[in-house]
Amino acid sequence: MLKYIIKRIIHILIALFLIVTATFFLMKAAPGNPFANERDFPPEIEANLNAKYGLDNPWYIQYKDYLINTLKFDFGESMKYKERSTNDIIAEGFPVSLALGLEAMLIAVGLGILFGIIAALYHNRFPDYIATTIAVLGISVPSFVLAGLMQYFISLKLGLFPVAGWNGFKYTVLPALAIALTHAGYIAKLVRSSMLEENHSEYVKLARAKGLGKWTIVFKHTLRNALMPVITYLGPLTAGVVTGSFIIEQIFAIPGLGRHFVQSITNRDYTVIMGTTVFYAIILMFAVLIVDILYTIIDPRIKLKGGGRK
Amino acid sequence: MEKRHDTYGELTPEMFRVVGPRLAESDQMPKKTVSFWKEVWYRFRQNKLAVSGVFILAIIALLAIFVPEFSQYSYRDQLGVYNEAPSKEHWFGTDDLGRDVFVRVWYGARISLFIGITAAIIDLIIGVLWGSISGLFGGRVDDIMMRIVDILSAIPYLLVVIILLVVMEQGLLPMIIALSITGWVNMARIVRGEVLSIKNREFVLAARTLGASNWHLIVRHIIPNALGAILVTMTLTIPTAIFTEAFLSFLGLGVNQPIASWGTMASEGMGGLRVAPWRLFFPAFFISLTIFAFNAVGDGLRDALDPKLRK
Repeated sequence: MLKYIIKRIIHILIALFLIVTATFFLMKAAPGNPFANERDFPPEIEANLNAKYGLDNPWYIQYKDYLINTLKFDFGESMKYKERSTNDIIAEGFPVSLALGLEAMLIAVGLGILFGIIAALYHNRFPDYIATTIAVLGISVPSFVLAGLMQYFISLKLGLFPVAGWNGFKYTVLPALAIALTHAGYIAKLVRSSMLEENHSEYVKLARAKGLGKWTIVFKHTLRNALMPVITYLGPLTAGVVTGSFIIEQIFAIPGLGRHFVQSITNRDYTVIMGTTVFYAIILMFAVLIVDILYTIIDPRIKLKGGGRK
Repeated sequence: MEKRHDTYGELTPEMFRVVGPRLAESDQMPKKTVSFWKEVWYRFRQNKLAVSGVFILAIIALLAIFVPEFSQYSYRDQLGVYNEAPSKEHWFGTDDLGRDVFVRVWYGARISLFIGITAAIIDLIIGVLWGSISGLFGGRVDDIMMRIVDILSAIPYLLVVIILLVVMEQGLLPMIIALSITGWVNMARIVRGEVLSIKNREFVLAARTLGASNWHLIVRHIIPNALGAILVTMTLTIPTAIFTEAFLSFLGLGVNQPIASWGTMASEGMGGLRVAPWRLFFPAFFISLTIFAFNAVGDGLRDALDPKLRK
């Protein structure tokens, strides 16, 4: 177990190094720069700006500085907004994104499991068809389309929730739903099929023979076993929620990290792009690692031996 | 049943006859052998959802091929009627620049499907080669190649794609390159797994003793046997690529105007949702339909190939 974790952490560190290096050189090679917008730059100012951001050093010095700064979690200053460092942006945006992301994950897991159970209990009957249809719709419809439709119908036409912004719980519902529904669909599919499988097993027959009710069997017996695939899905779910936030935060005008990231892309604000990418990479890779470790703790049948699963 | 009771114990010789050896019949095979793929096809056909997926995809492909060719408008014609609701003239309405949405949807279908399929084919080629070489050679080679895969797959997919697209000029080719740069990792893993299970079978050993080269083994034995898993992975890669393309278009990293993909159309349509909802609705509908169809076909194929996994 310990050996496995160390191995995985080494992989993550190498991957991080690759990401840092790749972003550095790609950004060096990128067309355009954030100063290109302001025309009529006197050469002195440009030289000053270059000196400020260390762009006048040869690339290997820049690369070395960048590596060292990254190790110290110092991602440099924004090239677009003066006096704002990437760390400020992360500190400001991440808590918002984290709150939204956690809510989305809760909704995804909750709705997914609920729909999965309903579909499995009423296998091939009306509730099953409804739950499965909703799950399939969730999987097939892109989240930004869903977000747009919800904004249009639920906020604008019905006025149930605010259209956009970030000002309390009411504002979180629609964006969290928009992120969550795709994943809820996947989870519902997983739960449904594994519940159906469990329903054929001997212990369920025994429980039925004892005269236990439908729901008692679900909560006391089948659900626990049927939830294993859901735990494997938690890794991809984290990644999906994070990347989903890029778009959804944009649509709902939420001041989270995803929105800052997308804005830095539009602005070609290279330091922020690099910093945020590395930050996201760290978060995601460790989230997946934690999920994998959790998986073995919950299901003792799985023994991790070195190499990567999945 | 009753009759049998009546006759019980009254067996007379007249009730029997000598059949003798039926030489002509016993020389023949008892039944025509059903090949593996025929069986798969039979099981696949039973799955209504998967079959309708195939039909949906065929119709979408045909429309994508023929509508832009035979329509009186082109995808870039500005017709002077802006944001017009769907009518006889313009089935899906027009957009803010006065372009016919119907033609653009089917032109966009070409682009989206092209991106999805090309990305999947590139994944396929790299993944199959990587996986089969790694699995077949084993030992050191396998170790190194699989460590590379492990490390690459630790990197979040979408971040790499975004970074690459930020750097490259926007367009069709950069999009495909970005989508497939680490996308093949999954395919490589699956193929390697298949190879490892096929490698030690007798027929591979037989081929080896007959002096077959590694290349011959890969092409003639490994790939045909791993074809099922490869096919399933591929049908499930295409919708992911289409989805990702739509997502990236929304971030402003998609293909350039006036070229349309479903993703760019939908993200433009989002802006005009209040004035012209059809501009979002039609591309979004066909993205969803296509993704649904590919998923249905992929799931159907998986179930047909491996009935044990049937859910």
